[in-house]
Amino acid sequence: MDLHHIFTQFYAVYGSLINFIGINSLLAISLYVTLSAGQLSLGNAAFAGIGGYTAGILTMYLNVPYMVALCAATLMSGAVAVVLGFPVLRLRGVFLAIATLAFGEVVRILAINLQITGGAEGLTPIPNKTQAWMIFTALALVGYFMAVLRRSRIGWSFASIREDETAAKAMGINTTWYKTLAFTIGAMIAGLAGAMSAHLNYIITPGEFGFSAAVQLLIYNIVGGTRIWYGPVLGAALLTALPEILRGIGVSAGPVRMGVNGFILLMVILFLPNGLVSLFSRRKD
Amino acid sequence: MNIFLQQLINGVFIGSVYGLFAIGYTLVFGVLDILNLAHAAVFTLGGLVALWLVQNAALSIWLAFPLATLLSGILGLVINAVAFAPLRHRPDTYFSGLISSIALAIIFESAALGIFGARTVRFPINTITVHIWQVAGVTITSLQIEIVLIAACLMAGLTWFLRHSRAGKAIRAVAENERTARLLGIHVDSIIAFTFFISSALGGAAGILFGLYFGALSPDMGRSIELKGLAVIVLGGMGSIPGAIIGGIAFGLSEVLTVAISGTSNLRDAVAFTVLFAILLLRPSGLFGRKQIRET
Repeated sequence: MDLHHIFTQFYAVYGSLINFIGINSLLAISLYVTLSAGQLSLGNAAFAGIGGYTAGILTMYLNVPYMVALCAATLMSGAVAVVLGFPVLRLRGVFLAIATLAFGEVVRILAINLQITGGAEGLTPIPNKTQAWMIFTALALVGYFMAVLRRSRIGWSFASIREDETAAKAMGINTTWYKTLAFTIGAMIAGLAGAMSAHLNYIITPGEFGFSAAVQLLIYNIVGGTRIWYGPVLGAALLTALPEILRGIGVSAGPVRMGVNGFILLMVILFLPNGLVSLFSRRKD
Repeated sequence: MNIFLQQLINGVFIGSVYGLFAIGYTLVFGVLDILNLAHAAVFTLGGLVALWLVQNAALSIWLAFPLATLLSGILGLVINAVAFAPLRHRPDTYFSGLISSIALAIIFESAALGIFGARTVRFPINTITVHIWQVAGVTITSLQIEIVLIAACLMAGLTWFLRHSRAGKAIRAVAENERTARLLGIHVDSIIAFTFFISSALGGAAGILFGLYFGALSPDMGRSIELKGLAVIVLGGMGSIPGAIIGGIAFGLSEVLTVAISGTSNLRDAVAFTVLFAILLLRPSGLFGRKQIRET
C-alpha cells in the first residue's frame, strides 16, 4: 500500500471528523480573539449562525458563487458585531457574557420565526461546496493572521486591555475602539466558519447556534489555553475527536462521553489554568 | 377577559417557580460576585431525585420533597468544595469559577442522563391529589396554590433568615466585605459553604415544583431555565432577593402573555430576552439596584 492509498482510506473513514475539527478550530479561534482582549462573549455561536444563514440564503435563492457568499457572510457577521459591539462592550465581565447570550437567544428565536431562514426545521438543501482544503486553508490563513496580530500594535493593545482595562485606558489606549475591533474580528471569523459549515452539512438549524454551542466554544478555549492562538485549535481538535477516541477504547455511552468532557474541563481549570498548551511551552507570559 | 385573567394567574404560578430558582442564583452572586452555572443542573437533579423517591422508594411527595431539597443542598456543598473553594484566591476567580461551574454542570447533567435516562419522565398521577376550582370563570388547581404557597414560604423564610438570624447576618457581612467579616471573627469559608447549601436547596426545590407543575422532567430541563434565571436576576438586579422574586413573576407573566397575544409559543422567549438585552444596555444594575443582599 502506498502512502497515497493510506491517506485516501484514512480520509474516507475520518473525513467528516477532520472537517469538523477544522470548522470547530475556526470557531474556537473566533472566541479566542475576543478573549485575548479580555472580553467574555457568548455570542460567537450566534455570529456563526448569522454567517451560515447569510451564505446559505445567498447560494440557495440567488445562486451567488460560493466564494462571494463566504465573503458576504463574513462581512455580514462583522457588520452586526460593529452595531452590537459599541453599546454592549461598555458592560464588563459577567454582564457582557449575559448580554451576548441574550443576543444569541434573540438570533435563535428570529431564525425559528422567520420564513427566509426556514423556521425551526432549518434551511436546506444548501449546496455542498465546502471541501477540506478550503477549511484548512482558511484555518492556516486565520492562524497566520493571529500570529501577525499578536505582535502588532493591535495585539499589544488587546493584551493590555485584558490585563487591566483601567490602566490601559490611562495609558491612552482607546479601549472602546480596540474592544469593538476584537469583537468584530472574532465575529467575522465565526461568520466565515458558520458559512463553511452550512455548505458542508447541506443544512443549518437554529438549534446549532444556541447557548450550548456558545459554551462549547468557551470550553475549547479553556481546555486548549488562551495564551496563544493554537491553544483553542488544540482544544477544539481534542474535544471534537474525543467521541472517536472514546469509541476506540470501547466507550460509546453518551452520558460517559459527556461526563469525560466535563471532567477534562474541570481538571484543566483546576490544575492547568493556562490550558493544555502550557504543558508544551515553558514560556510564561 | 377571563382568558386574559387566567393567563395572568398562570403567569404568576410559573413565575413563582422562576423566582425561587433565581433566588439561589442571585444569593451566590450577591455574596461572592460569581455566577454559579451549575445551579440549573441542581434544579434538574432535585426534580429527578424527588421523582425517584416517589416512584422507586414509594415515599409520599411530602417526604420526598424535603429529602430531595436536602440532597440538592448537599450538591451545593459539593459545588463549592470542587468548583469554587480551590479557585477562590486566584486573581481571575470570577472567570475560572464560571468555567469550573460549567464543568460541574456538564458532569451533573451526564450523571442525570446516566442514572435516569434521556427520556422525559413524569410524576405518577396519584403523587398529589389535585382539586380543581372555578372562581369567577377562572380555573385554579390546588396544586397551583400549593406551589405558590411553598415558593412563598421558602422566599419569606429566606428573607427572615437573612435579616434576623445570626448566620443570615454573617452571610450579609461576607457579602458586604469578606475581609472585614473575617476580621470580625466570622468563619468566612463555612459561611460561603452554607450560602451554597441554601442556594442549591432552593434550586432543587424549584426543580421539584417545576416537575410537579408541568408533570414532565428530563435531564436537559435545566438548560432553558438556566437562561431564564439569568434574565430574571439581571432584571431584578444582580444580588437582590426581592428583585429576583419580582423579576421571576414578571418573567412568568411575560411568557404567558406573549403566547396569549401572539398566539404562538415560538415567540415566548423573544420578549423576555429583548427586555433583558434592553435592561443590560440602559440600566445594567437592574430594576432593584445591586447588592441588596446586604440590606434585605
